[in-house]
Amino acid sequence: MDVLIDIFGSANFWAAAVRIATPLIFGVLGALICERAGVLNLGIEGIFVAGAMAGWIAVYLGAGLWGGVLIAALAGAMFGLLHAVLTVILGLSQHVSGIGITLLATSLSYFTYRTALPSVTSPPRITPFQPISIPGLSDLPFIGPALFAQTPMTWLALVLVAVLAFVLYRTPLGLAIRAVGDNPASVEAQGLSVQGLRVGAVVAGSALMAVGGAFLTLSAFDAFFFGMVNGRGWICIALVVFASWQPGKALLGALLFGAFDAFQIRLQAEIGQIVPGQVFLMLPYLLSILALVVVARRADYPRALLQPWFKGQRH
Amino acid sequence: MQENPIVLSLEGITKRFGALVANDRLDLTLHRGEILALLGENGAGKTTLMNILFGHYVQDEGIVRVGGQVLPPGSPGAALAAGVGMVHQHFALAENLSGLDNIRLGTEPLLRLGNGRSVARRKVEQIIAESGLEVDLDRRVAALTVGEKQRVEILKALYRDVRVLILDEPTAVLTPQESEGLFTVLRRLADNGLGVIFISHKLGEVLSVSHRIAVLRGGRKAGELVTAEADRRAIADLMVGKAVAEVKRTAPTPRETLVEFRNVSLARGVARAPLSNASFELRAGEIVGVAGVSGNGQAAIAALLSGLAVPSSGEVLLNGVTITSADPRALVAAGVARMPEDRQHDGVVGTMSVADNIAIEEVRGKPFARMGMLDRKAMRERATAAIAAYDIRCPGPDAEARLLSGGNVQKLILARVLEREPRVILANQPTRGLDVGAQSEVHRRIIAARDRGAAVMVISEDLDELFALADRFLVVHAGEVTDAGPSAVLDRGSVGLLMAGQSITSPSAASA
Repeated sequence: MDVLIDIFGSANFWAAAVRIATPLIFGVLGALICERAGVLNLGIEGIFVAGAMAGWIAVYLGAGLWGGVLIAALAGAMFGLLHAVLTVILGLSQHVSGIGITLLATSLSYFTYRTALPSVTSPPRITPFQPISIPGLSDLPFIGPALFAQTPMTWLALVLVAVLAFVLYRTPLGLAIRAVGDNPASVEAQGLSVQGLRVGAVVAGSALMAVGGAFLTLSAFDAFFFGMVNGRGWICIALVVFASWQPGKALLGALLFGAFDAFQIRLQAEIGQIVPGQVFLMLPYLLSILALVVVARRADYPRALLQPWFKGQRH
Repeated sequence: MQENPIVLSLEGITKRFGALVANDRLDLTLHRGEILALLGENGAGKTTLMNILFGHYVQDEGIVRVGGQVLPPGSPGAALAAGVGMVHQHFALAENLSGLDNIRLGTEPLLRLGNGRSVARRKVEQIIAESGLEVDLDRRVAALTVGEKQRVEILKALYRDVRVLILDEPTAVLTPQESEGLFTVLRRLADNGLGVIFISHKLGEVLSVSHRIAVLRGGRKAGELVTAEADRRAIADLMVGKAVAEVKRTAPTPRETLVEFRNVSLARGVARAPLSNASFELRAGEIVGVAGVSGNGQAAIAALLSGLAVPSSGEVLLNGVTITSADPRALVAAGVARMPEDRQHDGVVGTMSVADNIAIEEVRGKPFARMGMLDRKAMRERATAAIAAYDIRCPGPDAEARLLSGGNVQKLILARVLEREPRVILANQPTRGLDVGAQSEVHRRIIAARDRGAAVMVISEDLDELFALADRFLVVHAGEVTDAGPSAVLDRGSVGLLMAGQSITSPSAASA
């Protein structure tokens, strides 16, 4: 019991939870945009890697940190465009294309990194984003370190949640995206382009996923190494279902997962001698599966998810 | 009406799908304030023509003019901008959005911040007040009834200030009363200057609502006439292209009970809609028609009678024996013939041959199998005989069933089930999507089976079909089955009231 109090009472725990959640927030928002438009993007895992690599290498070669974020977003957008052409324009299987994109983007990123830096043994480093500390607010208990000791990318993620919620529910564009994921016929009958909306959504969503990857190399760490994405993309795919395709709940899900992960790290430190470390590593994923079982059974999937649409098709 | 200005003209429209000519040099004009009915059988080219007009398809030849301006082909956006609205047969609605949002969709610039919901609401409410298209604008479309969804579809078009409104088979999903309500709205809209194109294959409603009728047949215009001067018989012949023999039904001679439902309930999940506490009988030598709006329990009755489900409570008796397990094979063996609702999907195996499909319910023994081996020769002989007797149009017994048209698939199923002289026949939507010729053939066979002594249940959404076939009516509404009595004492209105869930004797009490 004391262990738990120690963990939850420590400011570091809350700061770590939000930090761990940040790339997931980008990723889950990206997946959410794609799926709301009716396209499952399993390229997310590879796009994370591509974003992490592209952002880092841009900064390493002399770009500014925000320049790196932008390059990462562009790299993600490119892979998104490829996925969109295959699934939206050509109507191929979204599962197969997505997995292909993940394999391609991952390998291409590793290849590029190895080609650019062939001879290093320990990974070179950059100077990453630094936490912004706001005098006064940063000293508040719990909230202070959790919110006001974070890097600008975390702030960007939180702002994007609000922006996406606003776009989805308060603008004509959001209305069209929600409609195209439910019944493309409704969109075409109102004179809008189903293909245009879907391609746009997949490209934008993929750019966000890549920014999530860039957070790892430009903010959480200061180097790129193989295997660093480590399933975060897949977690986002699960979190979208957990969130019922709503930005607010997506934020909640990401934070919850971040808290699980931060908790397991600390629990490992506290009682790691008694229980093998791998059990703790497993914990967040196990809890994710449990949460999904509870929530996803009554999940209200976008009705047109996975269904390609061809202009003028009989419906 | 003819003196009003022309709002829409189609000139020499031709559309081919491969070798099939769906529209062949069609000309059509529509005047302001006019309701033009586009009448024709399935496959006559009505829907294709309207999809060209609305830009879903690109025509191979010909032009569309709206208000004198040529419409660029293949662009629904351009059609909408020119003032053409379309109410699709299958609703083009996003079910996760409210009615209001569906109406607004695509009417505002996409990249605008904020939305014009309140402005839109005022405009839609005004349109509702003028047209009488009552609907709850804030409900998710998924929660609306079919009739309400259709009203949202019409509002969508009116919201865009259309000059031409196209309705594709709008009454297929409505009760007779809802249809009447729709006609009232359409007349009012036409009086206000809207041009309406009303697509249908139902003669009766076309005569009651339209000013002018254009009849399509085989992709061409078979004729055009002013409704007030039209003669029902002449139009029917125009549609079909030959005189249709009317099917005569003699008085029934009901005998012993073959099937009995005793307080049968079936939970939702087994079928699309539940069935609650249904009791009725099917008797030898009698055709029982089941009327109702789709999704009110018909599927549950069909599943029970096909051996695909057993009741959650209550009993189904066949020949006096309670059916205790869901066992289609036992039912078939006991003499139940089934014509499934979705004949292409549930009725045949598309990739198997005509001969295989005809034999498929009897392959476990004689005459089509010996010692576990199929007797291909016997199967082919039966198929060849059936093709001749039932006029199944196909290249031969070895042709794949998926290549047959809907009417020929239905004839194949008739050949399969009727050759065995079944005691009980379940005919679920037996003529949906068939042309008039195939329709009367199916009807003739069903009546002949009854006269032979079979107990027949016909489930149909087409009241005309039920009145042509049924000796007695059951009406389903929200899972409840009402025995409406002999068809001789019923009319469309009273059946329609039951379909809407009201009782004939005290409609006020039921609706209160």
